[in-house]
Amino acid sequence: MSPPSTSHTAAVAAAPGRGIAAWWQAAPFTAVFVLFFLVPLGLILMVSFWDFNEYELLPGFTFKNYLSVFEGCGNTADLCTTLRTYLSTLKFSLLVWGITLVLGFAVAYFLAFHVRSPGMQTLLFVLCTIPFWTSNVIRMISWVPLLGRNGLVNQTLIDLHLIQTSIEWLLFSDFSVVLAFVHLYTMFMIVPIFNSMMRIDRSLLEAASDSGASGWQTLWNVIVPLSRTGIIIGSIFVITIVMGDFVTIGVMGGQQIASVGKIIQVQTSYLQFPLAAANAVILLAVVLMIIYGLTRLVDIRKEL
Amino acid sequence: MSDASSESLAAPSSAVQRRSLLKGTAGILAAGMFPAIHAQEKIVLRYLGTAVNQDKAIAEKFKADTGIEIQYVAVTTDDVTKRAVTAPNSFDLIDTEYFSLKKIVPTGNLKGIDTKRIKNADKITPLFTTGMVGGKAVGEQGTAPKKVIYLEGEKSKVFAKSPTQFMSLIPTVYNADTLGIRPDLIKRPIDSWAELLNPEFKGKTAILNIPSIGIMDAAMVVEAMGLYKYPDKGNMTKKEIDLTIKTLIEAKRAGQFRALWKDFNESVNLMASGEVVIQSMWSPAVTAVRTKGIACNFQPLKEGYRAWAAGFGLPATLSGKKLDGAYEFINWFLDGWAGAYLNRQGYYSAVLETAKAKMEAYEWAYWMEGKPAAQDIKSPNGDLLAKAGSVRDGGSYESRMGGIACWNALMDENNYMVQKWNEFVAA
Repeated sequence: MSPPSTSHTAAVAAAPGRGIAAWWQAAPFTAVFVLFFLVPLGLILMVSFWDFNEYELLPGFTFKNYLSVFEGCGNTADLCTTLRTYLSTLKFSLLVWGITLVLGFAVAYFLAFHVRSPGMQTLLFVLCTIPFWTSNVIRMISWVPLLGRNGLVNQTLIDLHLIQTSIEWLLFSDFSVVLAFVHLYTMFMIVPIFNSMMRIDRSLLEAASDSGASGWQTLWNVIVPLSRTGIIIGSIFVITIVMGDFVTIGVMGGQQIASVGKIIQVQTSYLQFPLAAANAVILLAVVLMIIYGLTRLVDIRKEL
Repeated sequence: MSDASSESLAAPSSAVQRRSLLKGTAGILAAGMFPAIHAQEKIVLRYLGTAVNQDKAIAEKFKADTGIEIQYVAVTTDDVTKRAVTAPNSFDLIDTEYFSLKKIVPTGNLKGIDTKRIKNADKITPLFTTGMVGGKAVGEQGTAPKKVIYLEGEKSKVFAKSPTQFMSLIPTVYNADTLGIRPDLIKRPIDSWAELLNPEFKGKTAILNIPSIGIMDAAMVVEAMGLYKYPDKGNMTKKEIDLTIKTLIEAKRAGQFRALWKDFNESVNLMASGEVVIQSMWSPAVTAVRTKGIACNFQPLKEGYRAWAAGFGLPATLSGKKLDGAYEFINWFLDGWAGAYLNRQGYYSAVLETAKAKMEAYEWAYWMEGKPAAQDIKSPNGDLLAKAGSVRDGGSYESRMGGIACWNALMDENNYMVQKWNEFVAA
């Protein structure tokens, strides 16, 4: 990303008059960004080095919070809470990412290449957004009566004599958490992938077909590379959301599955703001690393 | 009965509506010239507390009686404390539990409540002032109200050792918690806290995920299993916390828990749907399951109960009309109507005498004396709670509140405890 930005600064320096106008144009957004993102982030960073007691924060400088986050992590026999939590959160991120990617790609492919008329495309696209007309939590909770021990799925299977006793792992398990995530976030994959697919020049597909490529070869050698931007943007959405989530994991996991967000929430509700801040800084660092890795794969600015 | 009460409610409220309408019209006329006076007219009290205690009927009745409006701000137990410590000007009246006081009072954000201005102050049940029920002392492990109810002065940041004129919180509701069970799914008597970790109920139990309360339930279980006897369950050492959490983690890894719950409705849903057959539970939640027509017991256990108590407190900065309004609300609350209303939900009210006056004799006998119901018992909104002839779980007030083993608490090692609790959740 750095070579284009230096060339950009060089261009600005070469045209000083336009430079000032550009600075002014950028100023409002910069102000919003600084005020609502950088300043709070700076405060979080600062507080993560403070000390605290039951009812107040004690300004100072200590590494105590970071040490306590990683306490016991040297022990190899039993994983410490932090590592265990991150592993569980990463596991969900990867699972959900993989499933939403396959699903999202398939749906977007269908919408972009199989549905011919633009009217039908719009209609089906709107259909995809219907679940988003109600709140996240409602969409999650509606799974509970379906998957429960005496829920609809179990009842049906028992009535059909397919099983003798209820399947326990349908609800409050890794399965239900992943299911809810996929249900909630596949849309975030569909939209950007569909968007990049619509920009693919159809003559390229014809060219591929003329050159004798099979359907799979066209998909793998033409469509997937050209949809890369959408895939990466969708991946960033899904991964960052799952990394920070604590509501879905809480509701669908029966509050028994660890997530980094949940730990931060518990700590803030017990006024352990410095500890929570330290955790938040670490989480941010991890997520930034993932995003950095993903942006290495594609130059988003160029592709947009 | 419910018909009669709704009738008696309707008459004054329509009168008040007419009156406030007149006032409102006058206000609009005056607003042009005397906006300041108009602003003083109407008192709105922002009432911070948990949703469980914020009953719409109570606010409506109070407004009908006095014209003062109650604006409920509903947050979770933990968030009440957080708001009290970090944003004391965001409410005019706080409804919080006694165990939270150890965090709130040292910040100086609460004003001592002048008992001289509280009409029924000397009628508050001795459980709060001396820790006695029916002349007998109850368990005082944990944050027993009598340890934190008095302040040294109006602006004090420390608790008084002996009774003074200033109270930190005026008690409103309290109860003794125990395990809730589904008798129709368990089909045998349950009499000990140890049953919560009995492998017989593997995958069908739940525990409270509010660390400071959940750990107390866990401690009751550890003692009942004979693993350890705590000198004070409400103030554990690091070693004791380790032992308690270790017991929980082992049970969790063996698949004992179906879920953990954090709010009232979660516990009701877990129980009503049959996901869970035994769990730590609150009395009104048991009532809520029962009103759905599902059998649920608030099971008395031989080791006793874990008690809790909540009360009203005033923020330090409250003054003038709003302060008067808050005192008026507290006085009104202790005056009987609200007390009777709460008693009918399965809670206990702080001033029993006034509540008794507002309850029917058969209701009082069922709820407070542990006698069989002479007629069907209904909840305040008219749902059937118990058929004639049934007896309340845990019996009379004296046998239930007399069986307190410990109180919800805030430990000295609270930070360490929360850290270990997170370990349990992550295990």
